[in-house]
Amino acid sequence: MDSNIALTMRGICMTFPGVKALDNVDFTLKKGEIRALMGENGAGKSTLIKCLTGVNKFEAGEIHVDGIEGPIVNKDTMDAQHKGISTVYQEVNLCPNLSVAENLYIGREPLTKIGTVNRRKMNQMAAQLMKDLDLEIEVTRNLEEYSLALQQMIAIARAVDMESKVLILDEPTSSLDDNEVEKLFGMMKRLRDQGVGIIFVTHFLEQVYAVCDGITVLRNGTLVGEYTVEELPRVKLVAAMMGKDFDDLASIKPEGTTDFSKVPLEIDAKGLSHSGTIKPFDLEIHKGEVVGLTGLLGSGRSELARVIYGADRAQSGTLKVAGQDVKVKSPIDAMNLGMGLLPDDRKAEGIIGDLSVRENIILAMQAKAGIFKKIPMAKQIEIADKYIEMLQIKTASRETLIKRLSGGNQQKVILARWLATNPDFLILDEPTRGIDIGTKTEIQKLVIKLAQEGKSLIFISSEIEEMLRTCNRMAVLRDGAKVGEIDGSDMTQEGVMHAIAGGASHE
Amino acid sequence: MKKKLNGNSILLLITVILFVVMYAAGCVVYANKGFTHLQTFLNILINNAGLICITAGMTCVMLTGGIDISVGSVVAMDCMFLAVGMEEWGMKSPVLMLLVLLIGIVFGIVQGFCIAYLDIQPFIVTMAGMFFARGMTAVICTDQVSIVSDALFVKLSNMKLNIPFNIGAYENKKGILQIPYVRITVVIALLVVLLIFLMLKYTKFGRSIYAVGGNSQSATLMGLDVRKTKMKTYVLASFLASIGGICYCLNTMCGTTTQASGLEMDAISSAVIGGTLLTGGVGNVGGSLVGVLINGTISTLVKSHGKLVSSWANIVTAILLCFFIVLQAILAKIKESKKA
Amino acid sequence: MSKLKKITKMQLFLPIFSMILVMLVNVIYDLASGNAPFGFFSISTQVTSSGNTILYGRLIDILNRGSEVAILAIGMTLVVSASAGTDISVGSVMSLSGGMCCMLLAGYGVTNVSEYARPLWVGIGAGILVAVVCGLFNGFLVAYLNIQPMVATLILWSAGRAIGLLLCNSAIVYVRVPSFQFFGSYVGFLPTPILIAAICVLIMALLLKFTALGTFVQSVGINKKAARISGFNSAKIILMCYAICGLCAGIAGITATSRIYSADTNNIGLNMELDAILAVALGGNSLGGGKFNLAGSIIGAYTIQAITTTLYALGVSSAQAPVFKAIVVILIVVIQAEPVREYFKKLSAKKAAAKEA
Repeated sequence: MDSNIALTMRGICMTFPGVKALDNVDFTLKKGEIRALMGENGAGKSTLIKCLTGVNKFEAGEIHVDGIEGPIVNKDTMDAQHKGISTVYQEVNLCPNLSVAENLYIGREPLTKIGTVNRRKMNQMAAQLMKDLDLEIEVTRNLEEYSLALQQMIAIARAVDMESKVLILDEPTSSLDDNEVEKLFGMMKRLRDQGVGIIFVTHFLEQVYAVCDGITVLRNGTLVGEYTVEELPRVKLVAAMMGKDFDDLASIKPEGTTDFSKVPLEIDAKGLSHSGTIKPFDLEIHKGEVVGLTGLLGSGRSELARVIYGADRAQSGTLKVAGQDVKVKSPIDAMNLGMGLLPDDRKAEGIIGDLSVRENIILAMQAKAGIFKKIPMAKQIEIADKYIEMLQIKTASRETLIKRLSGGNQQKVILARWLATNPDFLILDEPTRGIDIGTKTEIQKLVIKLAQEGKSLIFISSEIEEMLRTCNRMAVLRDGAKVGEIDGSDMTQEGVMHAIAGGASHE
Repeated sequence: MKKKLNGNSILLLITVILFVVMYAAGCVVYANKGFTHLQTFLNILINNAGLICITAGMTCVMLTGGIDISVGSVVAMDCMFLAVGMEEWGMKSPVLMLLVLLIGIVFGIVQGFCIAYLDIQPFIVTMAGMFFARGMTAVICTDQVSIVSDALFVKLSNMKLNIPFNIGAYENKKGILQIPYVRITVVIALLVVLLIFLMLKYTKFGRSIYAVGGNSQSATLMGLDVRKTKMKTYVLASFLASIGGICYCLNTMCGTTTQASGLEMDAISSAVIGGTLLTGGVGNVGGSLVGVLINGTISTLVKSHGKLVSSWANIVTAILLCFFIVLQAILAKIKESKKA
Repeated sequence: MSKLKKITKMQLFLPIFSMILVMLVNVIYDLASGNAPFGFFSISTQVTSSGNTILYGRLIDILNRGSEVAILAIGMTLVVSASAGTDISVGSVMSLSGGMCCMLLAGYGVTNVSEYARPLWVGIGAGILVAVVCGLFNGFLVAYLNIQPMVATLILWSAGRAIGLLLCNSAIVYVRVPSFQFFGSYVGFLPTPILIAAICVLIMALLLKFTALGTFVQSVGINKKAARISGFNSAKIILMCYAICGLCAGIAGITATSRIYSADTNNIGLNMELDAILAVALGGNSLGGGKFNLAGSIIGAYTIQAITTTLYALGVSSAQAPVFKAIVVILIVVIQAEPVREYFKKLSAKKAAAKEA
């Protein structure tokens, strides 16, 4: 192994039931290098990291770490740590109820002669460590008294102090403001200069160019390429992440563009916002129109939709539905106005795992009808069978528990749940994620068909190509704000990527 | 350096203030009934020595985010075992006391194993433990057994430890000097509290308890053995329940099938009032001690009133408990909204 | 083999299995002690001192004595399902509701009456109402303040009985009026509590069949977030479950009070919350919430009573019976525990592998 290399991974393969999560992925990290690991959702970033840290067991491939003979396989995160691989997660994995010093040293506290924890020495060591890293932190205070940014840095300090050769930062900046990010970068650079190899997982493009030396891009579980920052300007990076390979399917959009300006509005949002997730935005959607929300993960595309739907309560602004001023305080309000939301996190917010396919399909209908108007069993069966047939849901029976279905079929059940309520306005947040290509096209066709029936839709996807095929208009989001709209001739792969990547600096 | 008060220390502060105010109010209103005498306060300690030990163990369990509702029944079983052992089996009290402690440890190992290694909910496991211990009490003997024959045990029970230098001494109506005293159980209980306090603060095990309760996932990632920590905590709780049982027995000097029923809930409410969160990770044994004292003060106040029935003590405790739980919930909500 | 597996996987397997086991113990005992081999199942008639003909037998006794726990189990099932927690106040609330009822019927401070001070329905109505209010209080704490169910209900666990005692002026209040005793005695030849429990179960079963209650409660219990997105108001649903649980405690409390035609606040419903929780667990319901099976809980409730009755028949005193109850509980939860299941899965996989090789 090259003495200059901190870590190499070769030919890593890993499958989840039904999905090839990683296919022959290589990864190289030099000493004293900050390397960005980029890719959209489902690209395999987290899976790769988890293979490295021992959380996931990979099926094929080798991992080599500087200073250790032969390939290594980590049993768990602790094992990885012993081999010099430390991870700091997006959510701070420390104990908020303990002091900063304890969080730094728990499990390896300095002891007194009689075997008790030497708190004074521990505090001194912690204070010295904080001083070395140029952090102004009172180490005897409880961790929870500090901002998330400082907690993040304390987590990094803990990782660093354990003499790591490889430091993995898994989206550490998503909850930090610009100032805090600057501080974090300062710390990362200092560590780089000390020879630590850093893997930096993020979805903020600016940050990649601000701090990284190299970029590795993954897409759909495969390696797109390993680049230096100079080789890969912003637009090219977005292209590499999102992919350009068009499906070999014919255009499914009806020929000719509709002029929506004369069609009445279904949704008219003015100045809606939710603190911390989405800044005030305006959005108009006409009847029969499909509006795409595009932007990188974390840009606020899901959050915007959630505010309209009332899943997150709007803190400012007004909303008109079909011309009427309305207040949407909770999802049921939105549903009574004819809305529906297919959430992006299918497992956490979509399926009711222990209920049957039938029960999951009639769920929203039942919620709208209320507790006393039970949908008669005969009708439930009729509806369930209708959608199982229509969406070709592959299930052993309508009484099978939904958790036994594959991801794509679960998604179809959730879709059926909303179609059964016959909504006027449907929000589809990543409806095709983790779904095979055939089903994807089916869902895309369904979107077009719904629009033709006069329904309005919001379509959110990480795949630009898919949105180009289905949407009439696209709104672009960046860093929690809506920054523009694209329609007509600008709606091309290039145009959208430019809009997403934005200018060289913050506006 | 001034330490900023966070939500948790506010809770503890409120508890302490409440205790002081309550006691002061008692002193003012019931001055003629001897409330101002030091002995009244010491009696609260004497009456609740067993509860203090149990609450110390309960606090540790609650700090890990668990619960142990078997302790009350364990006390009953201990008392019955001691009483029957001395009166009917003719065994010596030191042997019996050792056996009781051993039984406590074994009891804790079984419960701890089911909770930590078999991932069964603590409430269910300790509920079974509660049934078991309560039933065992009756299996040992179904009658009330008073302890009279073991000289050592009787001596221990009656032993008065006078407060040195006649602090708080006074002359009663007959002009006889009354020197305030405590029983041996109080010394044991306070020693337990002190040791647990030091253990929680200065040992690896103690800090692991906090870490596990704070965020067990993080604790695992930081390399702590979460299961082992939990297991040890339940063993500790049962062990302390057994010490509490001995103290309780020294106080009541008898074994019955129904005694100490509901003691586990007293322990839980004392710990909660003392600022321990049921969600784990926050609280300390000092607060729990104050919690027990508040409970004791309430019943002493109700007794001093003379006309109030004892159920008022339960009601006032419940109201206090409600107040503290709601306060904790509100503080938690504030904390959450600050984060968002 | 595969058939056996199918049977053991059925939802009602556990409760029915335990029930059968208990009956088997009875039969064996009867055989061993030289009684009629199926004496356990025999139902005969008996003439009471007042000249009424009533049903008599161990089965009837189990059904009769198990009524209160069965009623409580209905509410507890909903609470466990929706909030993944238990309501430990039900025993106390039973006592409170009985105390309230007797206090009103006898008049405050009076301990022994043979005539109502107020109409019967006022007493019973107030008793049940106070229990529902208790349920709402618990539900509010759990649903709107996000307090752990056990802690929230700990308040009324301690205060409920105490308030009941206060209402009865710390004494046992006797209401010696035949129409009050009716709920705890006999209707025709059948013990009334059996009828009350049957009606409660029937109403709940009808509610589950003809309203969407089951879907609402289970959805919230399984996945609160997804339920919210699909338009459910989880707080309201949880509140409702606790209110129903309170209602059940009220009904059980009145029944228990009527049985002894007196408000013995210290003893009514004592430790019954534990039996109710146990019934739910025995019924094959996860105490972690989610899917529930009412029939299982009801069978569980009667199984507990069957265990108790059997133990008495075997000569175990009522105070010692908990030892066996504890062993049953531990066995059941250990069998259900995830690590144990996995262990057996691995073991059977190894066996299968060994067979192949």
